[in-house]
Amino acid sequence: MTDWEPKIVAFLCNWCSYGGADLAGVSRMQYPANIRVIRVPCSGRVNPKFILAAFRHGADGVWVSGCHPGDCHYIEGNLYARRKFTLLNNLLEHTGIEPGRLHFSWISSAEATKFAETAKQVVDAVKKAGPAQHFIKKQAEVA
Amino acid sequence: MRAYTEKIREAAKRLLSEDRVDVVIGFRKGTVALMNEPFLVKSLDQVDRLYWDGNCGINLANYLPKRPDRVAIVAKGCDSRNIVVHLLENQIKREQLYILGAPCHGMIDRRRILAALDGKEPLQVEEANGTIKLIGRDFEETLERSSCLQDNCAICIHRNPVVYDELLGDLVAEQENVDRYSDVRRVEAMSSEQRWQYFDDLIAPCIRCYACRNACPLCYCPTCFVDESRPQWVGKSIDRTDTRTFHFLRAYHVAGRCTDCGACERACPVGIKVRRFTKKLEKDIKELYGYEVGLSTDERPPLDTYRPGDPEPFFK
Ligand code: SF4
Ligand code: SF4
Ligand code: FES
Repeated sequence: MTDWEPKIVAFLCNWCSYGGADLAGVSRMQYPANIRVIRVPCSGRVNPKFILAAFRHGADGVWVSGCHPGDCHYIEGNLYARRKFTLLNNLLEHTGIEPGRLHFSWISSAEATKFAETAKQVVDAVKKAGPAQHFIKKQAEVA
Repeated sequence: MRAYTEKIREAAKRLLSEDRVDVVIGFRKGTVALMNEPFLVKSLDQVDRLYWDGNCGINLANYLPKRPDRVAIVAKGCDSRNIVVHLLENQIKREQLYILGAPCHGMIDRRRILAALDGKEPLQVEEANGTIKLIGRDFEETLERSSCLQDNCAICIHRNPVVYDELLGDLVAEQENVDRYSDVRRVEAMSSEQRWQYFDDLIAPCIRCYACRNACPLCYCPTCFVDESRPQWVGKSIDRTDTRTFHFLRAYHVAGRCTDCGACERACPVGIKVRRFTKKLEKDIKELYGYEVGLSTDERPPLDTYRPGDPEPFFK
């Protein structure tokens, strides 16, 4: 288990957080390579089903990041998203998903440092939570 | 409550003969005791089959979405709140509706009765003065009505309809000092592992018949996520993970819309308490956004709006 590395799916909004990741890259900032980025038009585009689907496909953690409140390029997409994810996160934890698997952040395209730092935080938290056990389809249990 | 039966028939006759509506949605007596069934009346000769007693727990708002005609509908407190949700979601127009409001005393949970009867089969049920008399082949038993209510009715604080055109009886006193979230708090006190196990045990008997979904007035999507195949969000089998995904997403899809009417639990053939999922959402929405579902058409549903200062405790 010592060399286990978590897989983390990151949904990054095209206009801010993806730009932030880009800038972190061209600025040669170091952050852990556990993140698989999926570019989405807006954090409001992220359907809670995507997050469940990521877990079902074996992600150990999921990270959604968008523009800061007030800066969404569709004006209010992230403000709807904030409510959606708050309820989603609470229900996931209520039904038994460990805290530390699901992360949200607001990162602008200028915040390369925040991107790299948040990536580290996310990876650390998911490492602490350990390999995902739930929502992963095991072999059929035949009675 | 039998008095409502007469009132419903009278109203149905009047509304149909005056051509005020095309159809009346109510209940008729079921073929077995304790199970009334929804009944759509379109002609006067059917009116006298309309019926009302404490076994009308099914949510009639389920029959409204996208109806083109003029409808009279009998509505308990919860049904009326689901009608409000339909109005907010543009599933039907207020002008199409004539709402016969039924102030409610709580609906009977047949499972509780059958458990109390311990295998004996009731053939006839009579309700009077807070008791339920059950008559079978060679027994007769009387139970306290208040001990036989559906779980959600026992903690209901909106027994009176919130919208109506006419009332079938006097408004009833609303229950006060009700603890609506004791189930949620019990789970909140558990560790993650215990919670997962708790919900696993809860849904273990599920056969994925989707009766809970079909009984719910909110589940009117033309294609339910369980039937989508590209991408496939959830497998079709009764694999534990699939069943968990189904229950999780079903609950999430009714967030900010669920009125806790209990139709889902009532419909489940294996008696799963599916409200244990939705109650958490109800509690959060009340605490975080101060919203209670289905009380007014003037306020947008909580996931269709936002406030700039909404709480965001775990956003980085
Ligand atoms: S989820 Fe259940 S309690 Fe909620 S509105 Fe639908 S049927 Fe009623
Ligand atoms: S009605 Fe009961 S058995 Fe059927 S899908 Fe819903 S929870 Fe499962
Ligand atoms: S465009 Fe970035 S969150 Fe909406």
